[in-house]
Amino acid sequence: MSTVVEHVACPFCGCVCDDLTVEVEGARIVKVKRACSSGQGVFMEYDPSPRTARVRGEEADWDAAVAEAAAILREADSPLIYGLSSAASEAQRKAVELADRIGAVIDSTSSVCHGPTGLAMQAVGEPTCTLGEIRDRADLLVFWGCNPDQSHLRHFARYSLNAKGALTPNGRADRTMYVVDVRETGTAKKADHFLQVAPGHDFEVLTALRLLVQGGEPEGDPIGGVPRAELEELVERLKSCRYGVFFMGMGLTMTAARQHNVAELFTLVAELNEFAKCSVIPMRGHGNVTGADQVLTWTSGYPFAVSYARGYPQFMPGEFTAVDVLVRGAADAAVILASDPGAHFPRPAAAHLEAIPTIVFDHGPSVSAAHATVLFPTAAYGVDAAGTVYRMDNVPIPLSKVIETGRPTDEEILGRLIEAVRT
Amino acid sequence: MSERLTLISGRTRKQAIGMHKGKDSPEYHAATELVEMNPEDMARLGVADGGRLTLRTEVGEIAMTVQAGTLPAGLVFVPMGTAVNGLVGAETLGTGMPSFKGLTVEVEVVEAGPAGAEGPRS
Repeated sequence: MSTVVEHVACPFCGCVCDDLTVEVEGARIVKVKRACSSGQGVFMEYDPSPRTARVRGEEADWDAAVAEAAAILREADSPLIYGLSSAASEAQRKAVELADRIGAVIDSTSSVCHGPTGLAMQAVGEPTCTLGEIRDRADLLVFWGCNPDQSHLRHFARYSLNAKGALTPNGRADRTMYVVDVRETGTAKKADHFLQVAPGHDFEVLTALRLLVQGGEPEGDPIGGVPRAELEELVERLKSCRYGVFFMGMGLTMTAARQHNVAELFTLVAELNEFAKCSVIPMRGHGNVTGADQVLTWTSGYPFAVSYARGYPQFMPGEFTAVDVLVRGAADAAVILASDPGAHFPRPAAAHLEAIPTIVFDHGPSVSAAHATVLFPTAAYGVDAAGTVYRMDNVPIPLSKVIETGRPTDEEILGRLIEAVRT
Repeated sequence: MSERLTLISGRTRKQAIGMHKGKDSPEYHAATELVEMNPEDMARLGVADGGRLTLRTEVGEIAMTVQAGTLPAGLVFVPMGTAVNGLVGAETLGTGMPSFKGLTVEVEVVEAGPAGAEGPRS
């Protein structure tokens, strides 16, 4: 006898597609409709079998594991709390509370993703919108340094290129698409116009576009690898469109100019509003990395890289960002939730995590979990735990609990840790 | 034969699917231990699809299988993952963000590949 759960939201990426149908038999998911291959993996690869906590590789009951984790944190002089971005915002709030309680540095996966975007927002603001507005109104799309064809697999269908909306009833036929990238990605192959920028020259191209928008004459041809005539044509389209939207990704945040690239793009978009409606959306990766920024900002005033070591929040990228903390050897214990820095950090940073006691929350196997001193195999938000996540456009979406496994949530265990470190 | 090229890493569908299978799964290893390269660069280096390369930076070195991709000359792409992070340094330029893209790597051919690769072109 199976049960069908409708209107299920997927917690995998920043699209948070909330139109899935999940078929359940007991505690096992047997079918998922409408999810992309990444979303299918979230649900169909989930192992619902009972799991218990572990301390130094040995099975332990949850109370003993909480007590051991609390002892590690009480002993630590400079703990780090890292990750957050696949946890629901209810758990993220608890993580910030724990950081405040124990004087920790707290950082999310934003710092190795759109952290530079956050710095750009602080510097120049963010001319933003919702994905619903884009679906209904946008007739010109520019994807810059991002590849949703591989990373956000239903973005085109639900929100952008192919989506049919109030003023875009014909979907793809009602939109013009540009891609700016250093290589011809799958996304670029779908575009009407592909501008191939020379690696590391995005800032130069963005500056030239700003100048062209204002009627100036940038020097050179090509500019940053792009023929000047192609830039002039793009500017004409941006100034005359009904609604232009930029989507930007790691091609801007991970290259040399980082936040300066993003600030230049955000400024370009703001300036374009003198001529036509224009917005920009960062393509967020983890399902609730946007929520991590939200929660940290509500609670501390800053989106990532926050230290509570002095009893009040301080913000310092490059100092309190996790990679920097670890490479300096500045953390003597770490709490890791909803991420796998053991796999996704540069090797010198991951190596320090293996040298210090770690308290890891993970519903499945991971590199970080394999090295955990204390492992809490908690429930997965959106699968066997309900919660709230923020889509890439900062719209909150509720996650469903589609199966019952009896596992505690990150929020529950963090709450118990907060109480346990008091004693 | 070796050359210095520019590496970018990024997400792929197969990397994500492999991640759900587990980072110790054959799917994850196959998806993340793969380097895409411009066909002219491959011909110059004397390596064909399925050949093996060593990629090296001052941080470390990794072994990868190569396949031709739609990349400009001088640029190589590796899916994000545990393997490529063995090449990434920890300098964040005061931002927290390491250079996952734009790395200079030394690329050395270990095996020319099964497709009858020509020798290096002078």
